[in-house]
Amino acid sequence: MMDVVSVPPFERFYEEQRGPVLAQLRSMLGRDAADDAFQETFLRALRAYPTLEHGRHLRAWALQIARNVALDVVRRTRATSAAVPDLESVDEPLPYEELRRLTAGLPEKERAAVYLRYGYDLSYEDIGNALGSSPEAARQAASSGVRRLRRKELS
Amino acid sequence: MTVSSDLDRRFRDAAAAEGLLDVAYELHDTPVGELLVAVTDRGVCEISYDADPAAEAERLARLFGTRVLRSPRPTDEVRRQLDEYFAGRRHEFELEVDLSAAREFGRTVLDQLARVPYGELTTYGTLAERAGKPRAARAVGTIMNRNPVPIVLPCHRVVGSTGSLVGYAGGLDRKRALLELEGALPPG
Repeated sequence: MMDVVSVPPFERFYEEQRGPVLAQLRSMLGRDAADDAFQETFLRALRAYPTLEHGRHLRAWALQIARNVALDVVRRTRATSAAVPDLESVDEPLPYEELRRLTAGLPEKERAAVYLRYGYDLSYEDIGNALGSSPEAARQAASSGVRRLRRKELS
Repeated sequence: MTVSSDLDRRFRDAAAAEGLLDVAYELHDTPVGELLVAVTDRGVCEISYDADPAAEAERLARLFGTRVLRSPRPTDEVRRQLDEYFAGRRHEFELEVDLSAAREFGRTVLDQLARVPYGELTTYGTLAERAGKPRAARAVGTIMNRNPVPIVLPCHRVVGSTGSLVGYAGGLDRKRALLELEGALPPG
């Protein structure tokens, strides 16, 4: 069992996540659009903040909000612009409810690793950061979680 | 990746403008040192000396909710009035104070404290009496020591029955400096 991690003051969350969030937004949207999306990302995070039950995986949570904001920007651009950039590479993540149900029976660390890898599409390095372990340990946790799910499916 | 100060400030302003914060705070330089000034939408909820902002943010989050953010705008009015006070141009603060984190007797005592006029001294015993518990001078001392909004609620005007300054959460030098500013003590 992991320790209960309380939700930090928003100031700390913001200080820790603003850099990675801006980096992700820039990689998805380019510099100018990223600046607007930055503000929207943290306003959304503020609105949702009181619903957080614990302070784990906040990096993944912040990056997911950023991703959603960026996807909204992309959709708006698609709807309004004739010169549509090719954005097919921006995949939708697996529906969360489905993933939540699938992974419910896994040990905590494996569940988190699978969830972050396949739900949030994070790199093992980010997952390792979120879980406080090495990228290699995150990769092992995710793959052993997937193996466990397969065995469950077969039985 | 570094977030530019402009982008950072725009978010901090927007967060406050959208009414999404439980607590907004800012650090403010004064003649008695740097103060951390924090407000909720009910009023000023904390002024602290020598604050460690990270630790204060944790404390404020426990008391008022987790959406605590450094955001100067909402604290502007408090800081403006503090500047006027330190310039000797303001003798009374016109501010709402959020005492929702204080206990009942504490609130009664702090309400009485708010009525002690500029430049005058009172004693812990007198304040206890006015709050309806004449024998609670000691408890009043503790309440003064934990006053969430010093200066605005003037605990520096409360002294011992013999006239000794007794104590101050921000240190006796500051208590003396505030009383000298108000002319309640001769300049030292």
